[in-house]
Amino acid sequence: MKYIDEFRDGDLARHIAERIAAEVKPDHQYRFMEFCGGHTHAISRYGVLELLPPNVRMIHGPGCPVCVLPIGRVDLAIELALQHDVILCTYGDTMRVPASGGLSLTKAKARGGDIRMVYSAGDALQLARDNPEKQVVFFAIGFETTTPPTALVIRDAAHEGLKNFSVMCSHVLTPPAIRAILDGAEAHETAEIEGFVGPAHVSVVIGSDPYAKFAQEYKKPVVIAGFEPLDVLQAILMLVRQVNEGRTEVENEFTRAVTPQGNLNAQAVMDDVFELREAFEWRGLGTMPHSALQIREKYRAFDAEHRFGLGYRSVPDNKACECGAILRGVKEPRDCKIFGTVCTPENPIGSCMVSSEGACAAHYTYGRFRDAQPVTPCAASQLPPLSPAAGGGRHLRPGEAGSSVPLDGAPAVLES
Amino acid sequence: MCLAIPALLVEKRPNDQALVELGGIRKPVSIALVPEANVGDYVIVHVGHAIGVLDPDEAQKTLAMFAEMQSRTAEVLS
Repeated sequence: MKYIDEFRDGDLARHIAERIAAEVKPDHQYRFMEFCGGHTHAISRYGVLELLPPNVRMIHGPGCPVCVLPIGRVDLAIELALQHDVILCTYGDTMRVPASGGLSLTKAKARGGDIRMVYSAGDALQLARDNPEKQVVFFAIGFETTTPPTALVIRDAAHEGLKNFSVMCSHVLTPPAIRAILDGAEAHETAEIEGFVGPAHVSVVIGSDPYAKFAQEYKKPVVIAGFEPLDVLQAILMLVRQVNEGRTEVENEFTRAVTPQGNLNAQAVMDDVFELREAFEWRGLGTMPHSALQIREKYRAFDAEHRFGLGYRSVPDNKACECGAILRGVKEPRDCKIFGTVCTPENPIGSCMVSSEGACAAHYTYGRFRDAQPVTPCAASQLPPLSPAAGGGRHLRPGEAGSSVPLDGAPAVLES
Repeated sequence: MCLAIPALLVEKRPNDQALVELGGIRKPVSIALVPEANVGDYVIVHVGHAIGVLDPDEAQKTLAMFAEMQSRTAEVLS
């Protein structure tokens, strides 16, 4: 497919990787954060880490809307579905986020809640038109990429005078999260970072200008990159060059889609419908002022929190879950005791295991076998030769005499 | 969540709607956020909305930069 396949070319990827290897200073440890879950996913899926020299480390950032959605917000959505008898619509990623009492939206649906997965905010609006006798609520999450479509449906609903449609707005903003990471790094609460791979599609909307303050105030280079593997590799090369040359600038690798000002139409629609929320709780980063959006007074009739009198209550995460530390970049999925054992994509305990772009889900799907100790041909040759008595050359079955795997043994745990 | 894909705009329709094509599949999307988009443009589609228009010249420049690197690496290695 045009504009996708060209940016996934394996030969070119190896050439960019060779440049990175040739240009890194061997005695320097490079630590870059990819802010977006989309980049985390691309890095894991295409094996970008394997192409990087050992002294270039990528730290996963909090740019995954599902991952930073706190339990309290999902609880509100479940309350709407189970106690207010509404049709609750939301994006697929939100359905499995763990909430209080062992619930999630999927489980609340099984309990009889009318909860529907939609592809687009427009689908939720259409449901309201088709079901005039029911209240329809769109549980809206996402960063600046996903916000303009929500703003459009609120405006359309107002034009049509719909009385049965409202939005539970949980849209969050990228720049405050980057600032929190940088402030936290100064206070040694988050990972130390030398530069950022900047957002792709968020930047299509907000432009590259908003990152200038990070380059200037915090002296951190930012390279905006597309979500394809060649984009990510090229951005890492550009960051290495900035570090080597002592530059801290905003550079744009994704010029085919990102301009300095961004999409002004989208920004105007967002500004018409939303205003800054005084404070919003983020999983992992805590409650941050002016880090999220709420619906403006003039569209109050379409604000579900107002219409149903919802009050937010903060709920702590599962104690064993390390999502918070992982979202701050101070821990990796493999550092979590329940990763891959209790917490899996089929049964996520923490939100980072839910969305495919969450750090844990990406590592579980593409990276966990790298952590396991491989049996190399070299190591195998050091083993004593099998005697015929110990199995006659055939493979031993678990539990069989001579096998190291007990029959009743728990399935192999790849992480400790 | 922020994933979006470039798709070819094949037909503009009333009320800011348009038809896009991606790998042989055609789908209606909203172009309310990119009213300047025209038939033949590649738009970036996210949750049923085009959020940006791809600049083919810039895409070509980026690809040329990759290719240049390939030839430079080849020179160094030879």
